[in-house]
Parts: sequence; C-alpha cells; structure tokens
Amino acid sequence: MPDLSSALQLAASEVTLAIGAMVLLMLGAFIGEKSTRLISILSVALLVAAAALAINAPLGQAFNGAFVADPLAAYGKVAIYLLSAVAVVMGDGWMARTRIARFEYPVLIVLASVGMAMMVSSGDLISLYVGIELHSLALYVLAAFHRDDLKASEAGLKYFVLGALSSGLLLYGASLIYGFSGSMRFEDIALSARSVADGGAAGLIFGLVFLLCGLAFKVSAAPFHMWTPDVYEGAPTPVVALFATAPKMAAMVLVARVLSNGFGAIHDQWAQVLVLICLASFVVGAIGGLAQRDLQRLLAYSSIANIGYALLGIVAGTEAGLQAMLMFMTLYVIDQIGFFAVLLSLSRGGKPIRRIADLAGLKKTRPLTTVVLTVLSLSVLGMPPFSGFWGKYYVFGAAADAGYWMVAAAGLVASVVAAFYYLRIIKLMWFDPPLDEEAVTDPQPIEARTLALAAAAFAFPVVIIGLTWLEPLTAIAASGFGAG
Amino acid sequence: MDITLSHYLAVGAMLFTIGVFGIFVNRKNVIIILMSIELILLAVNINFVAFSTHLNDVAGQIMAMFVLTVAAAEAAVGLAILVTFFRNRGDIAVDDASVMKG
Repeated sequence: MPDLSSALQLAASEVTLAIGAMVLLMLGAFIGEKSTRLISILSVALLVAAAALAINAPLGQAFNGAFVADPLAAYGKVAIYLLSAVAVVMGDGWMARTRIARFEYPVLIVLASVGMAMMVSSGDLISLYVGIELHSLALYVLAAFHRDDLKASEAGLKYFVLGALSSGLLLYGASLIYGFSGSMRFEDIALSARSVADGGAAGLIFGLVFLLCGLAFKVSAAPFHMWTPDVYEGAPTPVVALFATAPKMAAMVLVARVLSNGFGAIHDQWAQVLVLICLASFVVGAIGGLAQRDLQRLLAYSSIANIGYALLGIVAGTEAGLQAMLMFMTLYVIDQIGFFAVLLSLSRGGKPIRRIADLAGLKKTRPLTTVVLTVLSLSVLGMPPFSGFWGKYYVFGAAADAGYWMVAAAGLVASVVAAFYYLRIIKLMWFDPPLDEEAVTDPQPIEARTLALAAAAFAFPVVIIGLTWLEPLTAIAASGFGAG
Repeated sequence: MDITLSHYLAVGAMLFTIGVFGIFVNRKNVIIILMSIELILLAVNINFVAFSTHLNDVAGQIMAMFVLTVAAAEAAVGLAILVTFFRNRGDIAVDDASVMKG
C-alpha cells in the first residue's frame, strides 16, 4: 500500500503547477494589472520547472490506480508543459500590443496544463473526466479572452456549447462502460473487454463509441470538427497557437491510452470507428481548406486533416503505430508553433495580417519571413526532407504494416489535395505583386521572430539530428504500453 | 411492479436524448442550451448511480459527485462567457451567433 508522500512524489509536477497557479493568482490579484509581465515570466519558469520534475519523476501508480506515471505520461507531460510555456511567451507581447494584456492569461494556461497533465496520466474514468474538464474550462475562458471583441466572445460561446456537449457524450459513454464492465479502472475494463472479445458486449462497445465521439470533439477530428474553424478564426492568435498544440497532444495521448490500455482486446471493433473518423478528417481537412481566405481558418482545416493522420497511428493498434503517432504529433506541433509565430509577427499599420491574399509579394518586404513560411508550408504538406515528411512517413508506414494500407493510401491522396493550399501561400509570397505597393509591414516583435526561425530551422535541417533523438525517446514512451 | 436497472437506464437515455435534442433543435435562446447541457449531465448521473447500486460498487456514486461539482463550474464559466457575448451583441438568440460562417 503506497503512502501519500510517495503518491505525491509521482504527481510532483501537477501538484507544483496547481499550487503555483494559486500563488500566481493571489499575486496578480494583489499587485493588479501591472503585474502581467511578472506573472508571465513566473509562469514560464513554473512550467519549465514542472517539465524538469516530470522528466525526473519516478514511475508507478498512485491513488488506487487513478493516476499512472509511465514513460508515455512523462513524454506527454514534458511536451505539454513546454508547449504551454511557448504559448505564454507568444501571448505576453502580443496581448500587450493589442492592449488586452491581463494577468489571468498565464494563470489560465498553467491551470489548463494541470488538466492536460491529468489527462495523459489518467488511469481510470474519473481522473480522465476531471482532467478533461479542468483543461476545457480554462480553454473556454481563454477562447473568449478578448472580451470586447464580438468574434472572440462568439468563438468562446461556440467552443463552450460544443465542448460541453462533447463532455456530455463522453460522460454518457463512460457511464455505460462503467456499468457493463463493472469498474472505473482501465486495467479492470481491459479484463472485461478481453472476456467478451468473442461476442456480445454490445453495451461496452456502445459506451466506447460515445466515449470516442466525445474525444474526437476534443481533438477536432471530423465529423466532430464544427467548432474548430470558428474558434481558430475568432479567438486571439496566441490562444489559437495553444489550442493547436498542447491540448491536441494531450488528447491524442489520452485516446491512445484509453484505447490500448482499456480496450486493446476489442481492437477490431474500435478500429472501424477510428478508420471512419480518419477518412472523414482527410476529406474535410483537404476539401474544406481549399476555399478559405482567412489564414487562421485555413490552419484550422489543416489541423483537422493532420489529426486524421495522427489517428492513423492509433488505428494501427501496434506499438510501432503508437510510436509513429507520438513522432508525428511532436513534429507537427513544432511546425504549428512556427506558423503561429509567423502570424503573430506580421502586421501592417498595427493590424495583424489575417487574409491569405495579404501575403502577396511578401518576398519584397520580409524576405526572411517568406523563407521561414515557405519552409514551414513545405514541411506541413509533407515534402521530403522537411520534418512533416518524416512524421507522415512513420504513421503511414505503421498503418500499412498493420494492414490498413487502404486508409494510408487515402491519407496520401488527401495530403496531395491539401498541398494545393500550402503551395498557393508559397506562390502568393514569391511570385505575386503586393496588393498595395506602399504597404510596409510593421517591425517584427523579437520573440515571435525567434520562435518562427527556430521552428523553421527545426523543420530542416535540425530535424535530421532531431530524429535520432526522437526515435529512441518515443520508442521508450510507447513501450510501457500494453497493447491488449 | 419492481423498478429494475433497465428502468433507470431507460429514464437516463430519455433525458439524455431530450438534452441533445434541446441543443440542436432550439434556435431561440442560449440559456436553453445551458439548461440542456445540465439535463445531459443529470441523465448521466442517473446512469452512474443506478449502475453503482446494481454493481454494489461505490465508484459510480463518487463519479456522480464529481459530475455535479464540474457541472456547477461549467455553468459558471458558461454564463460568464454568455455575459461577454451579450455585452458585445446585445442579444443572446442562437441565430445571432453567426458572425463567422463556413
């Protein structure tokens, strides 16, 4: 029987963040609005410290199996904390420039990252639900953070309504799973899934489908993607940068954990559902993006398609598939950070550049940013030798090896169609004349420029060295994983 | 007549369906959506408590407590977002939440 202190040791990073968030909140409430910069710096320090704690945390289970600390959880947590820290850095300067800086922004991100960390190390349905709600509630508020802006509050409202509905679906599924398996814990659910694998268990599968629908909402996979384009368009850009990275990573790890730890024995049943979700995401992401004029809306459709590719790794249901999913997500979120850093750094006359058409002729005024955006676009569309290609190489390979080569082929077709909208951005920047010859872009903020450059440098050539690090790391993360 | 587990599940399923329909069919008022969400969560709670009694396992009732707590927090956040929307728009009809389309 493990005692409380060893249990708290396992959850050291979450406990630190939760207490830290309260301290920061008090600090902000006492000092007032001028404390924003200080609290941003402190929360970045807190998140980096939590990442260090997560690397060094011991492995094991705590709280009667509700909290699992395994290599996968550690990998997910380090990624989540660092991505959240990047979102705080991106947001601080941007919020100050658009005059909506408030000290709640970094505190909400810290609270959301506690929730996301709970998600990746959840060992039963209760901690799964609490983790999801903890991160969702913070994200609803962040989406509506620009509270004088109609679009932002509409985005927040839509995100809230659809998010709450998805939590309801997920919870209904959880109640059925609990009823038909007799336990909340994934380990016991796995036992009862195994015993009914040959037939029957309609209730369990029914519950699992509801649970998957709820989770598909959270990762914005089609056909549960309706909120994504509106939220990406309406919410403040640094908040969208957070939405596109850390919560996606957390939810994907959670999907992988639930499916392979809890339902590994009925892989055939859930793989069918996931294949449908993958195919729908490919179609919506590739076709939907073609007609978009708003850059952030375009990125929303791009993220729908990319979540489809990542889910392909889980469909495979093998250890190699899970490893491929982790590699894909890691490479993908780094590209996303680059994209959003470029968006944050481009403005004309104090107004951010939002329409794709405004990028025309960017080569003349901002040659370096043009190169950065070109590298990132080529990477996301999957051109070798950029990082996006390697991610796709691993997931398509894993899916084909597991016998899902038809779905992998559909994914390839979708990425060819989606290549059109990335190539259009490149063509606009390099070959089209600017809309307005006089228009000069504003000086670029240093933090956004550095992040964009770093992400582009990672996309190529650093990725070649990065892969030799990433591959063993993701292999360890995926190995602690009972597939079945 | 005995009231068995399946009766409770039927009530839960009905309330859940009414809640989901309430979100999609209603075009008038966002407050009704909040009420529908509450209905969904309570339907789930009936399921959890019924299963918990049936299985003789306390975990389901603990989950019901968590759901109640989260539902309260969710309503608070939802109403706060609704207030900012009302300030900007001057109305909370569902059809008005359509500045962004596509």
